[in-house]
Amino acid sequence: MTSARLPAALLGACAALLLLVAVAFAVGRFPVSAGDLASLLWARLTGAEHGLDPTIETVVMKIRGPRVAAALLIGAALAAAGAAYQNMFRNPLVSPDILGVSAGAAVGAVLGIFLSLNVIMIQSLAFAFGLAAVGLVYVTANAVRGHDPLLVLVLAGVVVGSLLGACVALMKYLADPYNQLPAITFWLLGSLASASPEDVWSTLPLMLLGLVPMWLLRWRINLLSLDDEEARALGVETGRIRLVVIAAATLMTSAAVAISGVIGWIGLVIPHFARLLVGPDFSRLLPTSILLGAGFLLGVDTLARTVARIEIPLGVLTAFVGTPLFLWQLATARRGWQ
Amino acid sequence: MRLEAKRLDFGYRDKRVGSGVSLSLEAGEVLCLLGPNGSGKTTLFKTMLGLLPAQGGAVLVDDVDLRSRARDEVARLVSYVPQAHAAFFPFTVEEVVLMGRTAHLGVFSSPSRRDREAALAAISRMQIGHLADSVYTRISGGERQLTLIARALAQDARIIVMDEPTANLDFGNQVRVLQHIQSLAQSGIGVLLSTHDPDHAFICAHRVAMLHDGHLARLGAPSATITPDTLREIYGVEVAVVRVAVGEGVERPVCIPGGALSGGRH
Repeated sequence: MTSARLPAALLGACAALLLLVAVAFAVGRFPVSAGDLASLLWARLTGAEHGLDPTIETVVMKIRGPRVAAALLIGAALAAAGAAYQNMFRNPLVSPDILGVSAGAAVGAVLGIFLSLNVIMIQSLAFAFGLAAVGLVYVTANAVRGHDPLLVLVLAGVVVGSLLGACVALMKYLADPYNQLPAITFWLLGSLASASPEDVWSTLPLMLLGLVPMWLLRWRINLLSLDDEEARALGVETGRIRLVVIAAATLMTSAAVAISGVIGWIGLVIPHFARLLVGPDFSRLLPTSILLGAGFLLGVDTLARTVARIEIPLGVLTAFVGTPLFLWQLATARRGWQ
Repeated sequence: MRLEAKRLDFGYRDKRVGSGVSLSLEAGEVLCLLGPNGSGKTTLFKTMLGLLPAQGGAVLVDDVDLRSRARDEVARLVSYVPQAHAAFFPFTVEEVVLMGRTAHLGVFSSPSRRDREAALAAISRMQIGHLADSVYTRISGGERQLTLIARALAQDARIIVMDEPTANLDFGNQVRVLQHIQSLAQSGIGVLLSTHDPDHAFICAHRVAMLHDGHLARLGAPSATITPDTLREIYGVEVAVVRVAVGEGVERPVCIPGGALSGGRH
């Protein structure tokens, strides 16, 4: 993988992303053409009159705009977190879902809905529980010695995940069946249908807060993928760096889960494809994962609201798309890792 | 520069591996550590690198305790070549060597053009320039070993600790690695290595340390240390040490297994 491939890959991904955004606005019940979108945004920027139907403005600014922005943000965050987790746990098969972060964040967020808290509190609870879940998985995996560490990590994730699943089930059982239960159920399926401008604005800083340390530490994150003692012999304080990166990736995942529900597979599949495109160096892997993740979720979300008469839950669709991709990469790409 | 173990006890909190080891290494010197499987060579090395805490005694670099130095400071003084291993992600050889520059970078920095030049210089010194763009996970064991030595060179430390650098290599690659160790020492770098082959100590070492059951059994010049008696004591086998002409007027001792293996009688 030479560095010359990076600009080409990034440019291609950016172009595809812009195209997807245009398509996302152009399809659905109130299609907005790329031209209308451009003149509306230009008018908003310059303060001039756009002379378009006010319905279009409402659709763009209040409904589809936030939804598109949320899809981009969440896809990017889940893919970035997945890339970081994969490097850190030295394994291309781990992801926020497998490590129990998503399940933990889901418990926190469901608890927030159950207690009728506001968005900020729901996000805080999601973060706290997500962090607790990944911590529990990591500690459990470290405590069990003498087995294949990866196997133990994945098993610990499955076990902790099922415990958290039981917690969610308990809260669903206790929830008010007319108001809270449907809200929790739809939310757990994963959806961006109710993404509001406030959701986007409250999540954006959290995403950036997670992304900035990841970008700053990008070179050291490469070394976290080495054997721990080897990385320390090369001068890296692995314990501290790992803690910061885990906190950052968990923050991004939890913030995403708090507004969209559990959307699986992105953190697993996207970083792997990014690695195939630009190689494992995190300074290239991170931007590529972000672009691909944003594009993937926007594409899937656009499908989710257009292919059928009713909206298909996002989590369902990413699983339908992600599972075959995952099986395919399991079957074909293992050679490249070892 | 000087790396020194002072009455060092090493191992883990619940399992002491060795104790009372005192040895030191100057820059420019090759010290070869011999010892049977399980004698604690790797644990001793990891303790001398500060990767495991000393259980007693101390590790000193230029008379300053390792524990009082930060991780990246230690890495600028002493580098480590682990046994050639499988990597987890398909980094290129150049990227792997570039990781050796990390101790010279700020926490938030990425390698600069100068770091890249240092990495490429280390790569060409190990004569693996043709592999620079190859993927580390797809090259041979010998090539990986040379890559890891190049990474230690890029780290720019005066002392390199190598854990069995010739293990799992074919004959040609073993000789190549030993030649590189000699030339490193000539350029003023101290090399502390472990090996299973006493002949390797005769080829490249200035001094030999023998580790037996976690204790330092012998320490001294190769020809005084590696004798049939010490080899019997350490490894429990009969070995003859004979001098062989290896060039114009140059002789070198060679170890030949004897005893039950001696076979053909006259």
